[in-house]
Amino acid sequence: MTIATVAADKKEVPKRVSLLRVLGPGHVWALGVGIVLVGEFTGWNFSADKGGALAALITCWFVGLLYTSVAMIDSEVTSTVAAAGGQYAQAKHIIGPLMAFNVALFLVFAYTMLEVSDAILAGDTIVARAATEGLTHNSFIAVCIVVLAFLNYRGVLMTLNINFVVTALAYATIVILFFSVQPWSQGAVLKLGDMVTPQNALPYGWIGVIAAFQFAIWYYLGIEGTTQAAEEVRSPARSLPYGTMAGMITLLIAAALTWYVCASVLPWQYLGVTFYPLWDAAKMTGSPVLEFLLFWGTILSAIASANGCINDAARAWFSLGRDRYLPTWFSAVHPKYRTPYRSILFLLPIALAFAFIADLNQAITFSILSGVLHYTFMSINIIMFRNKWPVGSIRRGYTHPFHPVPAIMLLTLCIITFFAIFLGYGSQLIAMVIFYVVVSLWFHFYRYRYVRRGDQFTMPWPKPQGY
Amino acid sequence: MWTTISYICWAISAVLAAWMLWDWYKTDSEYSEEVLTSSREGEIEAVSEKHQLKN
Repeated sequence: MTIATVAADKKEVPKRVSLLRVLGPGHVWALGVGIVLVGEFTGWNFSADKGGALAALITCWFVGLLYTSVAMIDSEVTSTVAAAGGQYAQAKHIIGPLMAFNVALFLVFAYTMLEVSDAILAGDTIVARAATEGLTHNSFIAVCIVVLAFLNYRGVLMTLNINFVVTALAYATIVILFFSVQPWSQGAVLKLGDMVTPQNALPYGWIGVIAAFQFAIWYYLGIEGTTQAAEEVRSPARSLPYGTMAGMITLLIAAALTWYVCASVLPWQYLGVTFYPLWDAAKMTGSPVLEFLLFWGTILSAIASANGCINDAARAWFSLGRDRYLPTWFSAVHPKYRTPYRSILFLLPIALAFAFIADLNQAITFSILSGVLHYTFMSINIIMFRNKWPVGSIRRGYTHPFHPVPAIMLLTLCIITFFAIFLGYGSQLIAMVIFYVVVSLWFHFYRYRYVRRGDQFTMPWPKPQGY
Repeated sequence: MWTTISYICWAISAVLAAWMLWDWYKTDSEYSEEVLTSSREGEIEAVSEKHQLKN
């Protein structure tokens, strides 16, 4: 049977349509780093407010370990389960439908709320730069979300080509700032010794370090989004591990450069509350060129992140429709552009509504909460995956080392982060968990009757060990 | 100037949103629901498996 082809003759109606396999490792990198890089321009620095500048650095390392585990685990499982929906498809095959339904919701919430946060950030940054009385951020939010949705609607290749360029430009501004402040010569511009002293390094002690975990997540939040491209990359087994691991290395470098520059020019009390740590650091250098570059770096990083989030949220929603976990109407693929166009359009007004009514802190918190729930699932998922299909029983594009150490480390760090979130946003955490319990009950007792149970498991794997 | 840019942003958003709605309507009218929702997870993997077996 011929599958998923658009007819060469435009007048001929194709029998079947599916997503296009056109992406390479560079696109995977652009998707992952594009989503995350905004966290260096804002977000991570709130960890300094929770525990001081040194806490922001300590949590940068530990959360870096958490995300390195995420990247390694994701690379292994996704190189085997190469389907749109990423971790949703993994959960479906490895744990079961109820977990998969929850994971897809974690993904949609995490990415939609991150998209909302990005659009608010872009709008607020422009308004701050304009300094014009009466100017609000709404028009800039709208144009950001609608233009990016339009790009996503028109095709994944163009969307991620643009994301590659935008992400690379934003990244370049961090590197330029780093070398412009003469990092090899402390005292010339940077004054780390004056800014971070033994007296103020950890103003709230070690409990401050624990509390800082909540916002340190922003150094890397979203790198796991690379897996959503699994069904559209030409060679998933090669491209996904390469793109994800290269993205993680890129982000570890960016996080280190960002902390070093910002902590060296901004006092921790200010660093912990500003929305623009890198832009403010550039202002502190007194260079109008650097200030201009970091303003655009902030805007471009927000745009790249929102772009990737629209891509990922739409694919997770699309996958739910394709398996009848939601109405199949959402699983439509555009015959010309080969994108999940109905899912993109459905999520567009939701993102706009949240962006107009929510504030940045609320949106960020909901995104982080969903993300951490998702990472907790991943640590359990990889242990079950290795137990059911040990190494050698199925072909893997990548096998991560030191199993089960990364899984245990990931689970431990997730527990610490939940505690940190509970300290700062306990009521939101409880509300969100109640929400997931309610929708799980709805899925189990009502929606699952519509699912074609045999059709949802598509991977040509042998029976799991012990079954 | 910024107020003008703000109005231009609203206009661009409205035009693109309208285009997407129009294209959505056109696509849904032109193709059957069966074709539009014909994508299946894992199809390409299944085909590549067959391809390897033949070789």
